[in-house]
Amino acid sequence: MIAEDLACQELVELVTDYLEGALAPCRRARFEQHLAACPFCVTYVEQIRQIITTASAVAPQRLSPAAQQRLLRAFRGWHSLEPPPPHESG
Amino acid sequence: MEATEQRSESTATIDSQSDAEAASTACLGGDKALVEALRSGCEASFAVLIDRHQASMLRVAEFYVADRAAAEDVVQETWMAVIRGIDRFDGRSSIKTWMFRILTNRAKTMGQRAARVVPVSAILGGAAAEDCAVDPARFFDARHPQWPGHWCNPPTAWALGPDDQVATNEAIEVVLLAITGLPAMQRTVITLRDVECWTSREVCIALALTETNQRVLLHRARSRVRRRLEQHEDEAADRLEA
Ligand SMILES: [Zn+2]
Repeated sequence: MIAEDLACQELVELVTDYLEGALAPCRRARFEQHLAACPFCVTYVEQIRQIITTASAVAPQRLSPAAQQRLLRAFRGWHSLEPPPPHESG
Repeated sequence: MEATEQRSESTATIDSQSDAEAASTACLGGDKALVEALRSGCEASFAVLIDRHQASMLRVAEFYVADRAAAEDVVQETWMAVIRGIDRFDGRSSIKTWMFRILTNRAKTMGQRAARVVPVSAILGGAAAEDCAVDPARFFDARHPQWPGHWCNPPTAWALGPDDQVATNEAIEVVLLAITGLPAMQRTVITLRDVECWTSREVCIALALTETNQRVLLHRARSRVRRRLEQHEDEAADRLEA
């Protein structure tokens, strides 16, 4: 019932490589073969996906209005300065 | 270049209304419009840039330098270099990539001065039990006659998991807390990748990591966060039973 060559304990260490598309084709095939036969590892991979989904819903950090004002004030000063010579690759 | 100079002359007369309009146009128009607005001295478009990148710039700077104050200095210097050098930006990369290249170079120099270059050995070395994605005790022994290395205490589906791909506030809170508690390098990588949705390439360049090391850090970070959320789920289940 469970694919022979990949143990669950090995699979959990390959999840990130799998999701990042970094597994070689033969290992990827073994990974997917294992998932097709092992509902526990399906749950595991699903939980890692849930972590990624949840993390992406974390609100980004905001700068305090005071700190933003400080930067904007500095911006006015920087911009009024003579700009450096152009045509240097960036 | 001539056009730029003309425009910066007229900057003084731009009122906040049109400034805001310029900024929102700049956002919609992507890099090219944003760069044009910055060159003309449009303050609102600088505010857009700050809003988008300040937090990650601090995060990346902290990866290299000794403390928060030094990181803030690096970020401040970077903003100045970005604004003063915006005329030199040639659009061959995204403005984000360009900005972070400036930041990384500065942070590296400063980090070397403070003798705090990231030791890669610190990333891969010392494969402690903590670095296993899952507690080894949850698997059958490698010599088990029937199920070597297979789950003996498998994970169970979470009550708290995202319904229809929408994360619950409670789950978001637990994940955020778990990320905050990670070792610094893991925290930086997972935040940039999974919270701020950077590509792995962007992260590797900004943090001067190889693809492999970046994946190792991401893997350990995600595994730890999963363990933390699992613990939270178990505790919630226990409370229900009690
Ligand atoms: Zn399995």
